[in-house]
Amino acid sequence: MEFDLTPIWLTLKLAATTVVVLMAVATPLAWWMARTQTRAVILVESIVALPLVLPPTVLGFYLLVLLGPEGFIGAPWVLMTDTTLTFSFVGLVIASVVYSLPFAVQPLHTAFEAVGRAPLEAAYTLGASPLDAFISVASPMAARGYLTAAVLSFAHTLGEFGVVLMVGGSIPGETKVVSIAIFESVETLNYPVAHWLSGGLLLFSFVVLVFVYALNRQFPIKVS
Amino acid sequence: MAKLVATCAIGYPDFRLNAELDLSIDGITAVFGPSGSGKSTLLRLIAGLDRRAGNVVRVDDDIWQDDAAGIFVPPHQRQLGVVFQESLLFPHLSVRANIEYGAKRKRGAETNFNVDQVIDAFDLRSLLDRLPQRLSGGERQRVAIARAVMTRPRLLIMDEPLSSLDLDRKDEILPLIERLGHDFDVPVLYVSHAIDEVLRLASQLVLLSEGKILAAGPIEEVTNRLDLYPYTDRIDAGAVLRATVSKHDVARGLTEYTFTGGVFRGPIVDAPIGQTVNLRIRSRDVALSLERPNKTSILNILPGHVAQIEDTGGPHSHVLLDVGSPLWARITRVSTRELELAPGTPVFAMIKAVAVDRRSMGRTTAMDASLAQGVISRHS
Repeated sequence: MEFDLTPIWLTLKLAATTVVVLMAVATPLAWWMARTQTRAVILVESIVALPLVLPPTVLGFYLLVLLGPEGFIGAPWVLMTDTTLTFSFVGLVIASVVYSLPFAVQPLHTAFEAVGRAPLEAAYTLGASPLDAFISVASPMAARGYLTAAVLSFAHTLGEFGVVLMVGGSIPGETKVVSIAIFESVETLNYPVAHWLSGGLLLFSFVVLVFVYALNRQFPIKVS
Repeated sequence: MAKLVATCAIGYPDFRLNAELDLSIDGITAVFGPSGSGKSTLLRLIAGLDRRAGNVVRVDDDIWQDDAAGIFVPPHQRQLGVVFQESLLFPHLSVRANIEYGAKRKRGAETNFNVDQVIDAFDLRSLLDRLPQRLSGGERQRVAIARAVMTRPRLLIMDEPLSSLDLDRKDEILPLIERLGHDFDVPVLYVSHAIDEVLRLASQLVLLSEGKILAAGPIEEVTNRLDLYPYTDRIDAGAVLRATVSKHDVARGLTEYTFTGGVFRGPIVDAPIGQTVNLRIRSRDVALSLERPNKTSILNILPGHVAQIEDTGGPHSHVLLDVGSPLWARITRVSTRELELAPGTPVFAMIKAVAVDRRSMGRTTAMDASLAQGVISRHS
């Protein structure tokens, strides 16, 4: 049996990169959502949740249009870098970030809401600026939310297939992740490889979920 | 002595606050009023946690808000401490880290106390490494007060800090609050709807009702104003003597207090010489005599004269005395007649030493209904 490890490394690299970018994007977004008084938050919440309900092909289609060489984001990218976003690793990261956004935003949103306003006000009266209070009080109190967000979006990125297929295709070492490799193995009737990869992904996902649920049980968000 | 000036107005559909304060804040100033009278709203405006255009908040020459001059200092830059009803300790930080949180961030006026002294004053040394979840309610509130004191505030606001505690825990914390001014030179604005706490702690009283300030001034003055009795009617009929601990007589088990007008002796208490306390003397514990009694078990005989007599239709008269400070006596109307009491009559007020017992000082009892309803005049 010929076994290529490249898709596995590529998948892990993609998931890790996505998590890093997602945390940077989702944290301020979730913070704003938890603290704002404006009603527009409903619209933002809905947009963030869209990837949960849309078929990946719909999401992938719009991303393809947007990231393509003539697209709103893709065209300037071509001008700047002389490479296309579609069918590239960077394009895949952007697609994954959009695809996994709700899995990062929602746990953070919940965690920040659980922290509430009162501990922050206490921090202000003790001399902490709003940013300082966010870093030194709200974030540690929401630590479980951060961990859940990171783990879930990591795991969710591992499992994406439709969006990757539409935006990234199957370029070995660039966009051919595990889920695509499994699909191709099955198409070429290479069941042993499909078994190994599928089994690995199954086990990994299960372990991740056990970890998340154990975490929820052990450290419930408690504000006292 | 610091001065607090606050003009605070805020309007909600169902509630309006319109309060003007101009107070010398020294020791503990209680803001007292029923639930919903606007106490917490006022406090949040003073602290800058809520903001309304047009308000003015100033401590001495330190302007915290003055919209006309375009000034609004955000709460984290105010030299201010707040102790909240729920201690709001940071759950991820140890007791020590909680106490040091504010001290690290606020560089205030130099003071003559340090972290160790504060830790000892609030008896927290054995708790320093614990997380807040593992503290009792009373311990948490002690940490919260210590944490606020460590920021060296020019004004310490306490919002019903004892309301979530049971009686024993309150008794454990009250003396600590009582000594804040004395030990750490921190003026306190103490918000409460518990009259027993107010009477025990406060040197000044701000009376708030339905968003308006009804009276503000020294506690003896405000609690003795008859026109305010409908608002203070949870106060047991009696007077508050603002007194200073002057001597402990350990052999005889007595503590001596001096107040404007004389000396009062009561059962020995654990308070440092020089500390100012409120002596709550209920009118029913005061008896009157026209001559100085010679052989008597009563320790406190205070000479003075009758200022005013209120007959409320019941079997009793309420006699307001001037013994240097105002004092109320409740005696039967028969006695009033037989002694021929009238305003100006010189009398001796007799008060048993045990009438003042620290644990019952200012105990909440219903005000005599007759007194609350019948009398609207005020003395001077």
